[in-house]
Formats: sequence, structure tokens, C-alpha cells
Amino acid sequence: MKIVKKTPRILITIILFLIFFFPFYWMFTTSVKTLGETVRIPPTMWPEIFQWENFKRAFEAIPFMQYLGNSVIVTLSVLILQMCTIVPAAYAFARYKFKGDKILFGLIMITMMIPAQLVFLPLFVMFSKLGWINTYQSLILPFASSAFGIFMLRQTFKQVPKELIEAAKLDKASEFKIIRKIMLPLARPTLTTLGLLTFINTWNDYFWPLVLTTKDTVRTLPVGIASLRNIESGVNFHVLMAGNVMLVIPILIAFLLAQKQIIKAFTYMGDK
Amino acid sequence: MKNELLKKAKPYLFVAPALIIFLVFSIYPIVSMIQLSFFEWDFISPTRLFVGFKNYIALFQDSAFYQTLSNTFVYMILTVGLGILFGVLLALFLNKKSKVNSFMQSIIFSPYIVSLASISFLWMWLMNTDFGLINYILSIFKIGPIDWLGSPKIALFSLVIISVWKTVGYNTIIILSALQSIPKHLYEAASLDKANRRQTFLKITFPMISPTLFFLTIVNIIASFKVFDTIQIITQGGPQNSTNTLVYSLYEYGFKFYKIGYASTIGVVLLVIISIFTIIYFKLLSKKVHYQ
Repeated sequence: MKIVKKTPRILITIILFLIFFFPFYWMFTTSVKTLGETVRIPPTMWPEIFQWENFKRAFEAIPFMQYLGNSVIVTLSVLILQMCTIVPAAYAFARYKFKGDKILFGLIMITMMIPAQLVFLPLFVMFSKLGWINTYQSLILPFASSAFGIFMLRQTFKQVPKELIEAAKLDKASEFKIIRKIMLPLARPTLTTLGLLTFINTWNDYFWPLVLTTKDTVRTLPVGIASLRNIESGVNFHVLMAGNVMLVIPILIAFLLAQKQIIKAFTYMGDK
Repeated sequence: MKNELLKKAKPYLFVAPALIIFLVFSIYPIVSMIQLSFFEWDFISPTRLFVGFKNYIALFQDSAFYQTLSNTFVYMILTVGLGILFGVLLALFLNKKSKVNSFMQSIIFSPYIVSLASISFLWMWLMNTDFGLINYILSIFKIGPIDWLGSPKIALFSLVIISVWKTVGYNTIIILSALQSIPKHLYEAASLDKANRRQTFLKITFPMISPTLFFLTIVNIIASFKVFDTIQIITQGGPQNSTNTLVYSLYEYGFKFYKIGYASTIGVVLLVIISIFTIIYFKLLSKKVHYQ
């Protein structure tokens, strides 16, 4: 009786699993099929022949290592710069009262809602005047701070008990020391969360590197993989999927290793 | 005296790096875009021609613009509506804490963290008319073949499907955390009163999660206006302009047709639309912080 009652639930779970997992499975199997096998009807659920050359072909068609290196450089730079600009700003907004603090904070919060998709044209004009098209700085600097990060970290800093700071001040600890020894360790969960969100967003970003680069020298992986489509004409989905697998794997591995933390990070973002 | 000054300047110095970034890369471009919308410029020529409201008049007389606007809103309403609906259903389905459910939560969430560029290529392949998996599965049930991405009547809805598939996991985990923070004693009281499941949902669950749903709706709306990657990779705004949205046409006018002034005018329209929803969002956000 119990099993009969549970059957619909099990069935729905299986269907959901297939809907959300099978596309990825399909991407992996297509990436090792031969061209003939990808266009066969009915399609094979498990590849008959594993053609690993697809990866080699994708790898050779585009300067993959260069894209990968660029992705690493841009993502790391954005992460480091964000920490450098967020921490002092959040600290000032949490711990100081100064003239115009509310206006400045409001101004920063407003920028949270200005998406890159809205401002790319004037920034492109500005960067081309500066000769910054196809440079790392044009990919990094616009994301060197995060309004959302300042907002979250300010909340965290505000929750640090005043007594703790007063005690440190009595011990003649410098402000820098207070930040480093008290504020930052207490804010570690928030910082990890913000770091994860920034890493995922920057690594995955397609739009910004697409509109601000015209050459391979600074292009990042998502734009690079997309250029496979122009090189591999028409229906070469096996090679395209091979490139796609190489793009997706780092993020999926990160997700497998830190899925609890990542899900928590996004939940945390929505809760506040 | 010098020390006093330094002390006063300190918070400003702390805020300065972040502030400069925002002024240069967010505020200035907005001002610059509004300014550019009153000019005619092809990006290459050294002079810009001031044309007043000509770009605005041309834009509001262009029937293609109205189609773009309507596509943007149809896309928004469908992705947000379906995203929230399925988010609620999935969250209710996975609400009980168990190993299977937390595994399913991860599976459903996984597309959300994968690059939208990857997802676009993947679905282009799944939705391929002749060899795609989806049409093959439908053919077993004697349906199709459906021209998912090539038919002007269907393409926009196909993009909606892709977007909902990618983002519904986010809605699900947010709604789940709202569900799990509902105090248990409310449900105990309801069961003492012999309330049925429908009543319990309408009288307890829904009111308790409705602030979260409202928050999610606004966030999803603003996100839907930014849609670009799927369009640029899969349809390029076609077929017959049926998937062209504000952001994509802003990109097209700017980067393909080099009509910088006209593109900026589209940008200003988008700015106004986003501002309206942003104001609602901040009203909500300040309320939420206030309650904490």
C-alpha cells in the first residue's frame, strides 16, 4: 500500500531528474560521438564509438589555452579588486557617521540596478577614445567594485559588537589592525559568499567580453567557445559540444565540491 | 590640526575607491547615453550632429520598435510568470527534508550556475529541427517536427523555455528557504482546526511566502530585461524580428548599424523601464531591512 501511494512522487522525481540532468548528459555524449552518429535517427543513448578527437579538434580550432588564461586573469583581478574596494567602503558606511553618508550610500545602491547591458555603448565610446578596446582593464575595471557586496558587508560589519571594538581601542590597536583582526575574521562567511558569487558571474560572463573585444588576445572562454560556431560550419554539433564541455566542466566541478556553500550563497543573496 | 583633518577625511578616503569606480563606470555612462541620444553619430566621423528630439520621434514612429517593445514584455511576463509558478510547485514538492530532495535541489539548481552561452549552444542542439533530441522524443508521440527556433511564432517561446529551465532552480531554493522559515506551530494549529491542504496553503503558506514571491518577481523582471546571450547566440533577433528585444536592438543599432544616437535613444527607453521597477524594488528592500 505504502509503495502504491508513493508511486506518483517517485515518478515525478524521475521526470524532474531527467528534465534537468539529461540535457547535460546529452551534451557529454554528443561531444564524443562521430558526426554520423549525432545525426542518426533514432539517436543512440550511449555512443557507439567514442571519438575523443572532437576535443582535440575543438582545442586546435581555437586558441583554447589563451582563452583559459584570460578567463583566469580577468576573474582573479575582479575578485581581488572587489575585495580591495568593498571592504573599506563597507567599513566606513557601517562604522562612521559623516556628512553625506546617506546620499553616497544611496548613490552606490542605485548603481546596483544599472546593468552592463545598458551602459556598454557609452563605455565602448569612452574606452575606444582611451585606446582600451582589447585590453584587460576594459574587462576588469568596470567590475572592480560591487554595490551588492558593499551592501551585504555593511550589514555584517554592523552586527559586530561595539564592545569588541572598544576593547581593541583600549589596547591601542590601530584601525587597520581592528579591520584585519576583528572585522574580517568575523565577516568571513559573507566574504566567502560574495567571492563565490563574483567568481561564478565573472567566469560565465559572455556579454561584456563579447562587446569589448575584437581580438583573441584578451577574449575569455565563453566568447572563445562561441567562436567555434563560426569556424565549425553548420551541423558540427559534436565539436561544438566538445568545446561546450570544456567550458562547463570547471564550473560543474566547483559546484560538485561546494554545492552546499554555493546554494547557501545564492539563498543568502535572496534572503536579504 | 592636521590630525583632525585627517580624521574627518578618513571615511571619505575609505569610500573613495568604490565610489570612483561607480561614478566612472555606471553614473557617467548613463549621463553620456542620455546626451548621445540627442545626436546623430556613426562612431567613425569626428563630429556629432545635434538633432534634438529627432531620434526619439523616429523611434516612436518605427513599427519595428513597437514589436521589440512587445517582444520584451511578452518575454518578461512569460519567463517571470512561469519561473515563479514552477518555482513554487518545485519548492512545495521538495519541501520535506530528505536526502533525495536535497539531491534534487542541487540537480534543479545546477543549470543556474552554468554560463548562459553554454546553455544556449546546448539548447540549440536539443531544439534542432531535424536531429534534435526534443523533436525525436515528440516524434515517438507522433508530434512534430516543430521548428523551435526557426518559426517566428514559436522562437520567442523557445527562448522562454530555455530561460525558465536555467533559472527556475534559483527561484526554487529561495522559495524553499522561505517555506522552511514558516513557524511549525502555525501548521499544528491548522491541523488542530482540521484545515484541509488547500486551506492550509491559501491561509498560511501563501501569505507567509508572499513577500519572498514579490521580491523574486521584481528580481526576475529586471533580469528578464537584460536577456541577450540566448538571443545573440541562437536567433540574432530573428526570424522576422520575432525575438528582438530592447537590449538586443540596442546592441544591433550600436554595433552593427553604427547608429550611436538612435541606439542611445533605445537605451534611454530601457533606462526608464528599469528605473520604474528599481524604485519598486528599493521600496521593498528598505522595508525588508527595516523588519530585521
